[in-house]
Amino acid sequence: MTLLGWAQIALVLAAVLAGAVPLGRHIARVAEGRRTILHPLLGPIERGLYAMAGIDPGKGQGWQAYTLAMLGFNAAGFALLYALLRLQGVLPLNPQGVPGMAPALAFNTAISFVTNTNWQAYSGEVAASHLSQMAGLTVQNFVSAATGMALALALTRAFATGRATQLGNFWADLVRMTLYVLLPLSVVLGLAFVALGMPQTLAGAVTAETLEGGRQSIPLGPVAFQIAIKHLGTNGGGFFGVNALHPFEGPDAIATALQIWAQTVIPFALCLSFGALVGNRRQGRVLLAVMLGFVLLATGAIYAAETAGNPLHLALGLDPAQGNMEGKDLRFGQALVALFTATTTGVSCGAVNAMFDSLTPLGGLVPLFLIQLGEVLPGGVGSGLYGMLVFVLLAVFVAGLMVGRTPEFLGKKVQAREVKLAMLAALVLPATILGFTALSMVLPAALASLANQGPHGLTEMLYAYTSATGNNGSAFGGLTADTPWLDVTLGLAMLLGRFAYAVPVMAMAGALAAKPKLPEGAGTLPTHTPLFAGLLAGVILILGGLQFLPSLALGPIAEHVVLLAGKTY
Amino acid sequence: MPDISDSLQPSTAGRSLPGSALRDRGLLGRAALEALRKLNPHSLIRNPVIFTTEAVSALVTALAIEAAATGGAWGFPAAIAVWLWLTVLFATFAEAVAEGRGRARAESLRRARTETVAKRLLRPDDRSLWQPRPAAALRPGELVLVEAGDLIPSDGEVVEGVASVNEAAVTGESAPVIRESGGDRSAVTGGTLVVSDWLVVRITAAPGSTFLDRMIALVEGAARQKTPNEIALDILLAGMTIIFLIAVVTLVGLASWNGQPPSVTVLAALLITLIPTTIGGLLSAIGIAGMDRLLRVNILATSGRAVEAAGDVDVLLLDKTGTITLGNRQAAGFHPAPGIAERALAEAAALASLGDETPEGRSILAFARAQHGIAAPALPPGARIVPFSAETRLSGLDLPDARYRKGAVDAVARATGAATPPALAQAVERIARAGATPLAVAKDGAMLGAIALKDIVKPGIRERFAALRRMGIRTVMVTGDNRLTAAAIAAEAGVDDVLAEATPEEKLRHIRAAQAEGRLVAMAGDGTNDAPALAQADVGLAMQTGTQAAREAGNMVDLDSDPTKLIEVVEIGKQLLITRGALTTFSIANDVAKYFAILPAIFAASYPELQALNLMRLTSPESAILAAVIFNALIIVALVPLALRGVRYRPEGAAALLRRNLLLYGLGGILAPFLGIKLIDLALHLLGIV
Repeated sequence: MTLLGWAQIALVLAAVLAGAVPLGRHIARVAEGRRTILHPLLGPIERGLYAMAGIDPGKGQGWQAYTLAMLGFNAAGFALLYALLRLQGVLPLNPQGVPGMAPALAFNTAISFVTNTNWQAYSGEVAASHLSQMAGLTVQNFVSAATGMALALALTRAFATGRATQLGNFWADLVRMTLYVLLPLSVVLGLAFVALGMPQTLAGAVTAETLEGGRQSIPLGPVAFQIAIKHLGTNGGGFFGVNALHPFEGPDAIATALQIWAQTVIPFALCLSFGALVGNRRQGRVLLAVMLGFVLLATGAIYAAETAGNPLHLALGLDPAQGNMEGKDLRFGQALVALFTATTTGVSCGAVNAMFDSLTPLGGLVPLFLIQLGEVLPGGVGSGLYGMLVFVLLAVFVAGLMVGRTPEFLGKKVQAREVKLAMLAALVLPATILGFTALSMVLPAALASLANQGPHGLTEMLYAYTSATGNNGSAFGGLTADTPWLDVTLGLAMLLGRFAYAVPVMAMAGALAAKPKLPEGAGTLPTHTPLFAGLLAGVILILGGLQFLPSLALGPIAEHVVLLAGKTY
Repeated sequence: MPDISDSLQPSTAGRSLPGSALRDRGLLGRAALEALRKLNPHSLIRNPVIFTTEAVSALVTALAIEAAATGGAWGFPAAIAVWLWLTVLFATFAEAVAEGRGRARAESLRRARTETVAKRLLRPDDRSLWQPRPAAALRPGELVLVEAGDLIPSDGEVVEGVASVNEAAVTGESAPVIRESGGDRSAVTGGTLVVSDWLVVRITAAPGSTFLDRMIALVEGAARQKTPNEIALDILLAGMTIIFLIAVVTLVGLASWNGQPPSVTVLAALLITLIPTTIGGLLSAIGIAGMDRLLRVNILATSGRAVEAAGDVDVLLLDKTGTITLGNRQAAGFHPAPGIAERALAEAAALASLGDETPEGRSILAFARAQHGIAAPALPPGARIVPFSAETRLSGLDLPDARYRKGAVDAVARATGAATPPALAQAVERIARAGATPLAVAKDGAMLGAIALKDIVKPGIRERFAALRRMGIRTVMVTGDNRLTAAAIAAEAGVDDVLAEATPEEKLRHIRAAQAEGRLVAMAGDGTNDAPALAQADVGLAMQTGTQAAREAGNMVDLDSDPTKLIEVVEIGKQLLITRGALTTFSIANDVAKYFAILPAIFAASYPELQALNLMRLTSPESAILAAVIFNALIIVALVPLALRGVRYRPEGAAALLRRNLLLYGLGGILAPFLGIKLIDLALHLLGIV
């Protein structure tokens, strides 16, 4: 680790915070339906969309109507995308002549983009046509992110007022978040990426003569703008198979820093929007502080593990100054790779600019654990905030009793119904991740996908289901993912991780909204203090993380101690 | 009439009783037996964590037996099985101990419910015509005659007569109380004894649902239902149990990738140490002990829900008289009219007060003696006492040569025709503004001066209100006094708000308004007109001496009839919630250390290198697992006294409470098992067991 490296990390995070403050305020304004400077330009479009669809944006929905609208919209999105991927071979905008996807792969891919996971069992440049990338995948990049934000706003509104029956209007939230937040940011960012050298063209591949005289086909396409929303929407699905390691997708360190900024700014900003919308800005800052603290810790851990290098390599006389550089690119450097890796898994983005399979065991443990903790640090756009609020409610309930009152958060009592729904949501992660991994580790059909022996092999499988369930989408690698078993079970894991989590959360929002908002007093549990931030961090680690410790002990931790003992597989 | 007053005596020493409950060998023996009976899975299923523990214990026992039968290594599974069973047993024992105290008290109450034969009146207007009828056969609405020496057969309302009644069977207070028809002293309780005179009582309770019956059921815990908070906590614990069940079961698949998966015994040990057995085992004991703590200060809560609500209370409505101030006003100063000596005024006041038997009147005599050494004057012959009455609002003494009058200023002026000198009028005004009540004293047609009657604020009450304020609870003083008087006393007592000139409707409106803002309100009351407010309040503490209507409307009854205890009710409610939260936090925090003990041990065969995680340097994999299981069981027993006594509660703000308890039970919960497991491991090693 170097001072310069930490300075880079600090600089990027400072830029994120500097962006999150005004963005958080902007999102809160948009969520309340108030005018912003974008309205003169985009207002007519918004009204036109409502008029076309026959939607009254002022008409509030209860939690059930809101959830049904969300589910219906996502189901329709899935059906459309599935059809598009299956039929892409006969549809236009296909200069490469890519054939239609097989059913299992199309199912997996469609689920993956609808759930904001962007797990890619296919390689973008050879398996998806320009039409699929632009009209299918990129559209879902926008609306799956907007869906997450809408859900977070609905839960936020449950805390804002007492005895409310309505949580807002899903369609209005979806349109507004897309139109006033994601779209403008993507346009600006996409242009920046074009300036930094990313291609944005409808042309097919170019053929180049290599120095050795061979011929190489270099795929091109509408890359830059897809990459913009890929990060802003914490989607993570790259245009190219190797994601941000590809020179067209991650041209240089500036582009990398910009990508880190883009994938973290909305999740952090949403904390501040939450504070503004519930009328307690300090609360928003506390949530942000906890998330930021974990990001810093995780970044430091990866940075330390990777710069320490592999003891077996060092013993062979490798230059220790470089650390472990396998699977990384010199143009980014250790510090930005560490920050990119920590944030891409912390925010459920899933873009990568290093091969996780090649990280040191402890360096690889961090992204794995960050996803297992529930993708709340700071989590995907929207999903991070509502996931964090589930933890907040659990923390308030467990420790809140210790002040001698029925626990309450922002004036809403946390009682049996909320605890039940929060636990229901909390169950989804361990059940899906550990259940599918355990099953796969004994099924020959699944084990055939594994390339590595020993604990590393287990980590690869564990990571795949963790990434899918956490709707992260990053791949550890070393796994042949496009098999019927993995396509289907990973698809199911993504589905459960998104909707089996979101539906109880929405039911919780409905229950909380209906409660009276109690006034705060000296006897109320203070939830906007550093002490509470520490408590929340402890609850995330203990209630969110302990159940995964045995799997981590058998995977990366075992790999690490075995490596220290000089053993390899 | 059996003497049961011992077990019911309100005692301040009672606070330290849970310790003695644990020292009582008989009680412990009975609790141990009861603990075994509670192992019945049918009843244990109400507690998901301990039920899971029992199921796993049975599984490991079966495995140990199978190993022994087939000649395998059975020692380790048997040791684990024993300690798993002990874990279950310790949990049921905790509950049995908590219930034990209540059961003992219920026994003595039951003795008071002896079969009596009532004298049922055949005609309401004829007391001589009655027929004997067993108390258990009395229906509501029937009239019974109760005479001196009779036990009152059932709960009822006095319709005729005045009698002194010994209510020790219910309240523990042996001094008899007056019961009479009409007014606020008309309720009688079945099982109490009429000591003098007679009463005609209209029965109000159906057989089997009398106050005494309900009291027995409550004390025994037969009517105990899980409180809302307990239910929520149960859900959390059940959820955690499922999560850890998933983590342990899937471990079989994960571990089979590289070598043998751990044995079922080891996985069972891991599961039981991870699920929250500590709080799961103590949860119901904490709830029962909370009710018991209330009972020990002689308050009977009709439901655990009410106790829990007490912890949430934001506003306390306290009657001024008897709660904030000593029962009655007392004379506190003589203000003579111009030209009159103070001593002359005092003498006249004493004479005029001879006819005033109210506490106020007596306080004037006492004050005159204390200030001027005026002994109670002997009545000269020919003297005629004018007694105090609520209509005339004055008392007096007619001597052959002089007429003395004392009473409300306007009443005295009207009755004697005496003019009030301007200086005296000013003094009267001053007295009233200071929150005191002015009384005028007149001799013949002349005003001699004024007496100031003052409310005496109870000593120490100001500090209690300050403590309540730190806890975030607002106190509201309720009084029928005018605003001026009320404000002065409120300032002296340090309450947050005053409800002056309060009518019952006014009280009800105030409670509703606070509740509409989302606040929880507690109040105490005794009269029939308090009933609506008691019913509306979230915590309504009715006085045992109060009317039947008030007792029915409240959700707690104070057997000592001391409204100040509302403050204690709040503290006990808070203590109950804090104890639950503290032990939950402790239990969950324990898991961290257990992982460091067990994880390296269970994978010792596949990855011996994982010993690096064996931070405690435990002797061997077996001893590590056994030590964790033993710690997990013993910690339940170790915490039983805390669960019964409750976490020490200090009235302070939520922020300070959270900081202290989080440090103690959160951080302590993380560290304690490291030490405990290490010590047990050392002991196992030294004893040569593993």
